[in-house]
Amino acid sequence: MPSGQKLGAPRAIAFRGGGFALQPRRWASWVAFAAVLLLWQAAVGLRILDPIFLPSPLSILLALQHLIATGELWRHLAASLSRIAVGWVIGTAAGLVVGLAMGLSSLARAVGVPLISALFPVPKIALLPLLILWLGIGEPSKWATIALGVFFPTAIATYSGIDGVPVSLVRMAQSFGLPFRAIVAKVVLPGALPNILAGFRISAATALLLVVAAEMIGAETGIGQFVLTEGNLMQTDQLMAGVVVLAILGLLIGAALSALERWALRWR
Amino acid sequence: MELIVEGVGHAYGELTVLDGVDLRVGAGEIVALIGPSGCGKSTLLSIVGGLLRPSSGTVSVAGPVPAGSLNPFTFVFQDFALLPWRTVEGNVALALEHHPLAAAERRERIAAALARIGLAEFRAAYPRQLSGGMRQRVGIARALVVRPALLLMDEPLSALDAQTRELLMEEFLALWLGERVAALYVTHNLAEALRLADRIVVLSRRPGRIKSVVPVPIPQRERAAPAAQAALAALHDQLWESIKAEAQVADREVVDA
Repeated sequence: MPSGQKLGAPRAIAFRGGGFALQPRRWASWVAFAAVLLLWQAAVGLRILDPIFLPSPLSILLALQHLIATGELWRHLAASLSRIAVGWVIGTAAGLVVGLAMGLSSLARAVGVPLISALFPVPKIALLPLLILWLGIGEPSKWATIALGVFFPTAIATYSGIDGVPVSLVRMAQSFGLPFRAIVAKVVLPGALPNILAGFRISAATALLLVVAAEMIGAETGIGQFVLTEGNLMQTDQLMAGVVVLAILGLLIGAALSALERWALRWR
Repeated sequence: MELIVEGVGHAYGELTVLDGVDLRVGAGEIVALIGPSGCGKSTLLSIVGGLLRPSSGTVSVAGPVPAGSLNPFTFVFQDFALLPWRTVEGNVALALEHHPLAAAERRERIAAALARIGLAEFRAAYPRQLSGGMRQRVGIARALVVRPALLLMDEPLSALDAQTRELLMEEFLALWLGERVAALYVTHNLAEALRLADRIVVLSRRPGRIKSVVPVPIPQRERAAPAAQAALAALHDQLWESIKAEAQVADREVVDA
């Protein structure tokens, strides 16, 4: 700029960045949670809400305490958890095997994809009556329902996880002469693990959903059966206590999976 | 051990990328492969390394494989190809795990390779914790642990920044001059080729054919000296002239794929 030219007074450059970067506000979560509970309690106390239809948080807590004291909770919880465990393990094992085959073999992929695409959207609980006809009203039909629900998301997560493993890593392994099985065990499966674990989250939620539904259709124990029975008896505080147990169960399963992910994927 | 490439051609479907390539790499020789993008340099390297079946021609070796070499033709990859879930040590160990070695020899080989590249203190680190240069050093240690006879290097420095590239080039040289491992070194960087290679093979644009073979008549140790610069600059100009026009065409090409 020519030195003789008049520039006038310097002007500040206006700030125009910032925002769009969310900060954690933990206290707000707790305050909001407490406020909802307090409002709920007050609404029932003031008879704005009929406790027959929506019991207060405090009475739900008392019902829960009663459930624990009488040992009823453990009986139902043990029944539900064992069904989830058996069904989930069967479904996961089958899903991993089929997903692995579909990830590695063109033939298995060609056969499997249309079948899985067609069957995945079927609500598995709709098959429970059929499974009861096949396997009886006892545990096996519930295991099978849960296993079916778990199988599909696991198989899909496994083969799509294998698709996501960079071919360059497989070529690297081949260039060092690793045998096929070693490549699967040391490159393909660990590479697919993040996706497989994400699939576990979906399959665990599915298993919880299906165990409750299956127990509502035909069972003598289990949280689902308990919730349904208490509903039929208009014992809404007991019913809600069962729902709270299910919520806690869901949270615990989620936390366990998070811990598993943190450990297994610590290299990320 | 000598590598012999005879009449190698390759086509991806209708697209011929390599045609009638004859090439020999002798024991301890460093041959750079340059050419415009899409000339089939990497394809040729994959064929030599047995990762790709050529459409025509043969790749063979003459002479004995050096004793103790577990994987005579060993790659160093442009993208490093490290397993992110394995530590530095685990990545190096991967190359040995399927070989029947005594535990002591395995340990000794890994320790020697890590020490050779200056990675000993990083042995427990995961790749994501390392800089690009350190990751490629892991790639090199993994290659050394199998005692290769011929290193197949596919643009090993092109993912790195300029300073790291200089550092690693010096390390490659020290390595080659120390161990006399032969190398087939693919690059699009003329300066790299001129710094490292005994011979520079220039490939033409698609289909890649050998256009010229340019020996670099100055020993590697002397190439950094001022006295060598004029001769190297002349070679650089000569090489650049021979690929410039094709590089321009390659640059303006629209790829349908």
